[in-house]
Amino acid sequence: MKLQNVVTIARKDWLEVRQNKAAWIPMLIVPVIFVVILPLIFTLLIPALNVSPNDVMNSDADIAYFIERMPSQLSQYVDLQKPMESMIVVMLGIMFAPMFLIMPLMFASTIAAESFAGERERKTIEALLYTPASDADLFVGKLAAAAVPSIGITWASFLVYTLILNLMPYAYFQRFWFPLPTWWPLIFWITPALAILSIAVTVLISARVQNFQGTYQLSSTLVILVVALFAGQMSGVLYLSVGVEMLLGLLFWAAALFLVYLAVKTFNREALISARN
Amino acid sequence: MTNVIRCQDLAFSYNDYPALRGLSFSVEKGQVFALLGPNGAGKTTTIRVLNGLLRPSAGQCTVLGLEPFSQGAAIRQRTGVLTETPALYERLTAWQNLSFFGSLAGMSAAQIEQRGSSYLNALGLIERAENRVETYSKGMKQRLALARALFHDPELLFLDEPTSGMDPYAARQVEELIYRISKDEGRSVVLCTHRLFEAEKVCDYVAVMKQGRVAAAGTMAELRRQVTPEIRVRFEFQQTPAIELAPQAAALQGVLSLENNQPRIWDVVVEAVEAVPVLVGFLAAHGAAILSVVPQRATLEEIYLKLQDQEEQVKI
Repeated sequence: MKLQNVVTIARKDWLEVRQNKAAWIPMLIVPVIFVVILPLIFTLLIPALNVSPNDVMNSDADIAYFIERMPSQLSQYVDLQKPMESMIVVMLGIMFAPMFLIMPLMFASTIAAESFAGERERKTIEALLYTPASDADLFVGKLAAAAVPSIGITWASFLVYTLILNLMPYAYFQRFWFPLPTWWPLIFWITPALAILSIAVTVLISARVQNFQGTYQLSSTLVILVVALFAGQMSGVLYLSVGVEMLLGLLFWAAALFLVYLAVKTFNREALISARN
Repeated sequence: MTNVIRCQDLAFSYNDYPALRGLSFSVEKGQVFALLGPNGAGKTTTIRVLNGLLRPSAGQCTVLGLEPFSQGAAIRQRTGVLTETPALYERLTAWQNLSFFGSLAGMSAAQIEQRGSSYLNALGLIERAENRVETYSKGMKQRLALARALFHDPELLFLDEPTSGMDPYAARQVEELIYRISKDEGRSVVLCTHRLFEAEKVCDYVAVMKQGRVAAAGTMAELRRQVTPEIRVRFEFQQTPAIELAPQAAALQGVLSLENNQPRIWDVVVEAVEAVPVLVGFLAAHGAAILSVVPQRATLEEIYLKLQDQEEQVKI
């Protein structure tokens, strides 16, 4: 495998994605909603509504149940004596965490669908196959084209989220409180695994569905994983503690590597050409 | 002469459909080799197999002395392929396209700059080089795809319909380019085309494919002899000869047929060239004023159609 070829392919694919508004506009909107708009709503609007957070925390049975079942690793950050702080910690620091995982899934599947299925749809794949680049160069280049930006944007979003969560409610906290320890494995262990998993699923789907939209729509069903984690945590069944996250990350990495192995098997010149005939 | 391609009894199937069924031919260094045939004859599959994209199910082949499927990358480093469709990245500019493919072929930035300017200039694309390819006409895309195939200085070129979508002037330029890269630069070219007059103009050797195998192959002269062994000669007279001369001439030894449907013109088919002076002597002796005697060579199109007809008749 030649690193120069991998970098060349990844840069070309990324350049193409940047030229496709249908691909990158949703990639811009989602982080803006998750990282900027929602935190701003919580940190600015809720206090402005002048509703007593104490009332909200105590009157809502679901939230009360959620806090009651919370493992000590998380509950130590929820100080009910400081209800406004607690509300922000619970909403943005704990409950919102699984939703953050939508980003790597969505970015990776968008770019991978564009890179793998889009190249077939536009019939440019054959010219690429006639280059001296090996099958491994092509696969890894395309994988990198999807993985590096999707993980990078997610990490950049995390940085912005961290800044907003520390700066906007500083008046209540009087300290930098975010990220909670549970966010480190979430961002740096689970996020890359999900991005790779999403790419592998997209490659496998693109072997059967030969267009960008179809591939993207099918691979987007992976979001169900995030919804399941969100629902699991909300219902008090599965809290994303550090231990749970490490285990989940391990499962996602195992699944991702297995699916990458399957995807590599489908991605060779003979299979790609034969699939077009 | 060195063979740059040798293949013997190649076979390949897409699932259950046999695309190549015992294909054999060879291409010499510096030769422009035409691979002709109707759609589905197996021309594109042949290019794919020879470049190591597909593994043949039977037979042997070498390209530039290498085995295509196991040494595909080394072969593709030394070959350039113009695919059936231009297959360009339409959202990128001409420069970005060439730069990408040049880089994958191991060219340095300086080489990309220098050769890019040279080819974009030669193919009349330099002024639009910074525009996205999606804004190009069909002919411009085809020219850019040709530049891409030539860009890394390949020894062997596979050109699938190189002048498709081009106006006559641009097509002439490409034909001249093919001739130049073969005769002046010593590169070999495998040309797949439906434009038979184009193949006739630029090719040294022709193979006509039918249903995954070579139905006939040779130089133009060899193909003529194979397909139309008889000789056609056109006689032009100053005045229409006497009507009774035609049946007498047709009865001469070696004369196979005679058509005199046009005034002052006879189209005669003779068995061998020796029959021509006999016929000329006969006509002169009978007072026919002959203006010219011109041998009529079968065009590649006539040869091609005759070959296809023969196959059809065999099937019927």
